[in-house]
Amino acid sequence: MSMKFTRHALAAASAVLALSASAVAAQERPIAFTGATIHTMAGPTIEDGTLVIADGRISAVGSGIAVPDGAEVRDASGMVIMPGIVDTHSHIGSVAGADRSSPIQPDVRAMDAINPRDATIAKARAGGVTTANVMPGSGWLMSGQTFYMHLNDGDTIEDIAWRFPDGSVMGGMKMANGTNPIGATPGFPGTRAKSAALARAVFTEAQGYCKGDRKKVDLGKEALCEILSGKRLVHFHTHRADDIMSVLRLQREFGFKVLIQHGMEAWKVADELAAAGVPVSNILVDSPGGKLEAMESRLETAGILERAGVLTSLHSDDGIIDSRLLLREAGLAVRGGMSRDGALRALTINGARQLGLDDRVGSLEPGKDADFLILDGDPLSVYTDLQQTWVGGDKLFDRSREEDQLLAEGGYGAGNPMGLAHHHWEAAEAEGMQ
Amino acid sequence: MIRTVLQSAVCALALIPAALAAQDIAVRADTLYTMEGPAISDGVVVIRDGKIAAVGPATSTAIPAGIEVIEAKVATPGLVDAHTVVGLAGYMNQPADQDQLDTGSPIQPQLRAIDGYNPEEPLVDWLRSLGVTTIHTGHGPGALVSGQTMVAKTWARTADDAAIVPRAMIAANLGPDALDREKGPGTRSKQIALLRAALTAARTPAAAKRDAKEGEAEPFEKLDARVWKDVLAKRVPLMITANRAQDIMSALRLKDEFGIDVVIDGGAESYLLIDELRDAGVTVLLHPTMARHYGELENASFTTAAKLREAGIPFALQSGYEGYVPKTRVVLWEAGWAAANGLPREAALAAITSDAARAIGVDDRLGSLTVGKDGDVALFDGDPLEYTSHVTGVLIDGRLASTEPR
Repeated sequence: MSMKFTRHALAAASAVLALSASAVAAQERPIAFTGATIHTMAGPTIEDGTLVIADGRISAVGSGIAVPDGAEVRDASGMVIMPGIVDTHSHIGSVAGADRSSPIQPDVRAMDAINPRDATIAKARAGGVTTANVMPGSGWLMSGQTFYMHLNDGDTIEDIAWRFPDGSVMGGMKMANGTNPIGATPGFPGTRAKSAALARAVFTEAQGYCKGDRKKVDLGKEALCEILSGKRLVHFHTHRADDIMSVLRLQREFGFKVLIQHGMEAWKVADELAAAGVPVSNILVDSPGGKLEAMESRLETAGILERAGVLTSLHSDDGIIDSRLLLREAGLAVRGGMSRDGALRALTINGARQLGLDDRVGSLEPGKDADFLILDGDPLSVYTDLQQTWVGGDKLFDRSREEDQLLAEGGYGAGNPMGLAHHHWEAAEAEGMQ
Repeated sequence: MIRTVLQSAVCALALIPAALAAQDIAVRADTLYTMEGPAISDGVVVIRDGKIAAVGPATSTAIPAGIEVIEAKVATPGLVDAHTVVGLAGYMNQPADQDQLDTGSPIQPQLRAIDGYNPEEPLVDWLRSLGVTTIHTGHGPGALVSGQTMVAKTWARTADDAAIVPRAMIAANLGPDALDREKGPGTRSKQIALLRAALTAARTPAAAKRDAKEGEAEPFEKLDARVWKDVLAKRVPLMITANRAQDIMSALRLKDEFGIDVVIDGGAESYLLIDELRDAGVTVLLHPTMARHYGELENASFTTAAKLREAGIPFALQSGYEGYVPKTRVVLWEAGWAAANGLPREAALAAITSDAARAIGVDDRLGSLTVGKDGDVALFDGDPLEYTSHVTGVLIDGRLASTEPR
C-alpha cells in the first residue's frame, strides 16, 4: 500500500517520468477486459468473462457483470486471463546472500544485494512472473533472509517489496541441507549429521535469546526469533528423501513454519509431508542427474504430491530454469500426471498461500491486486504466447512492443550475463565442480 | 533408482540380446508424419527384418496377416539428436562418469568416442524413453579439440553395436570455454593459431611422406596427424562450436583457408551472419532452444531456429552439453520451444528427424519413414511438440524399445 502511494508521488513529482505518469492516470480509470476465458483460480473457469480493475486492484470478475460507468473497455475475446505467476524460488536481480565466512548467517539480507534494474527482473515479467521469492544460494546451512518481490515498476528495492503487516520488508529465511552446504571451508559441516547438529545448536541458542530481554541486540538472533515466532518462513533447500525427513525432524523440534524447496525426492515421502502439513515448492527438470541428489528426480513428482494432498507450487530456480519457461514447466507437470487445474494452481494461488500473500495475489478475486496475464490461448499449450503482464494495474509487459519482444525472446542486446551466471556458478561451486 | 524405474518399463525387453532377429511389426497412427511429403491421416508403417517395408494410408497399405500392430494417435520417425554428450557425460556428474573431456592437452583429435561410450548410461535410457532413437554424441566442450564424435542408436548392449558411424566428426571449440590461461591457448587468437598450425603441419609434404611409409609401426603421437589428414581430405568434418559472431567467422575463415568441411555447432549469434553462413554453405547444429542466455549465449534468442529456417540455412536441433542440473536436455522439448517461437510445426519436427539425419550424414538410412530405411519410430498420444503429450512407444530397428508412456 505505502509503496503504491510512494510511486504515485514520485510519478507526479517527476516530469521525466511521463510514461509512468500516464500509466498511473490510465490505471485510475477503471478498465474492463471483456469476452475472455478467465482462470480465476478461485472457482471454475469463466467463459466469456469480464475482469474489471480500478486503482491497481480487481474490482469485479465474472460473466455477465456490468461494466462500470466511465470504464475503458478492452476487448479480450479469444484471450485467456489468469493470475500472475508467483515464483516461490528465484534468483533474479543478481541476488546474493551470505559470504564464505560462516555456514550460518541469518543477519544477511537478500534485499541488500538485489539490483532492481537487473534485466532478469524484466525478463521474468516477460514470462508472466508478478511475485517472486528471491533467495540467496544453497551452499550454506543458512544463507540469509529472502526477499518477496512484487515485480511492479519500482525503481528501488523498497518499491518492489512485499511487506509484513508491521510494515517491515517481507521475506523468509533460506536454509539448506544435503551436499550443497557440506564443504572444506573452515566452519562448514563435513557430514549430514553435523549439518543437523549445527542447525539445532543455532536454534537452541536462539530460543534462549528470544526468551530474554533482547536488550543487547543480535541481528541474526532477531531474525531467528521471527522464525521461532512463526512470522518468518523457512525455505529449506533439500532434495533426498532422508534429507527431507531431517527437515521435518528439525521442524517438529523447533516448531517453525517451513516450505520444502526443490524436493526432488519428495515423491518418496509424499504421505509423510501430507501428514506433517508441510508444503513443497517443487522443480521439474528435463532429465535426472547433474548432481547425486538429483538422480531420482521425476516428472511425476508434482502429480504425486498433488494426489497425496500436499500443497505444491512449481518454481524456476532462475537461472536453473529461465523464468520465461515456467508455463512450460507446468506443462511438464501435467505430462507427469498433475491435473491441469493443479498445474495452474501450482504457479499461482498455491505459491501465494505458501508465501502468506494469498490475501493479495494468486487468484483473480475482488479486492486483490490487479496482477494478471493475458494469453492468446491455453496457458499449457506450447503454441500459446503470453501477450501482456499486468502488475498492480499497470501493463508492464506487452509483446507487441519491440523492446518487450526482445525481453520475451532474447536476441542481441538482451543480455545480462553476470546476473544470470551467478546462481549457476555458485551452485556448481558448491558441488565442487569448479 | 531412476535406472530401476526406467528399467521396470522395459526390463524384459532390454534383456533381449541384440542378436535376436529383428521383429516384423506394423504401426498404425491417426496422423503419420513420414517427414517425406505431407502427413498421412490414418497411416501405416510396416517393418520387416528391422527395415521399413511399406508406408502409406491404411486404405491402400496392407498389413501382413499375423503381424503385431501397434496403434497410436501420432507417429514420427525415431527422433535424431544432432549433438549431445550423453553416453560419455554420465548423469551422476562425478569425475568417474565424465568421459567427454580430457584436459591433458588442448588438441586431441585422436580420442575416439566409441572408446568412452557407455550404452548402459541412464541418460541414454532417458532419451530413448522420450522417442530419441539416434544420437550424435562424443567429446564435449572444454578443450580446443576435445576428440571425436560418433553416431549411435540408443538401444544396444555394447558401444560397437550402438555405433552406426564410429567416427562422425572432430569436435573443436572456440571462445572462453576452451581457453586455459596457464596451459594455453589463452586467447581467441591463439586458439586459431594452434588450429592453423595443426592443419598446416598435416598438409606439408614432409608429414605426408613420413606418414606414408608402409609397413612401419606408427608412433603413438602420429594418431592425431592421421586424423588431421582425414580432415584435410574431407573424409571427416570439423565440427566447430562457436557461439559469438566473431568465433563463427573464425570458423568460416578456417574452412576457406584449408578447404575443409566445417559444421557450425552452437551458433547462438548465427542470426547476425545469415548471408555469410548461406554463402559458406555450412550446416548449423543449433544450441538447445532453451539454452540459458548468459556468458557466450547472452545474446541467444529463442527465435534463431525460425530465422535460420526462413533464410534456408540447413540446421538441426540438439540437446547440447549441460554441466549441472538437468544433466541433459531432450530434443523433443527443444523442438517444442522452437515451435513456440516461430518455427513451423513440421519444420520443428524436421529439425529433430529428417534435417537432423542430414546434418549428421545419416539420411540415407534414418530420419524419415521411407521404404528401405531403419525401422525406427516414435509414437505419441497427441501433438508431439506439446509438453502435455506423451511418448507412448519407441521402435528401434523394428523392435519395441519402450512402451511405458512418458
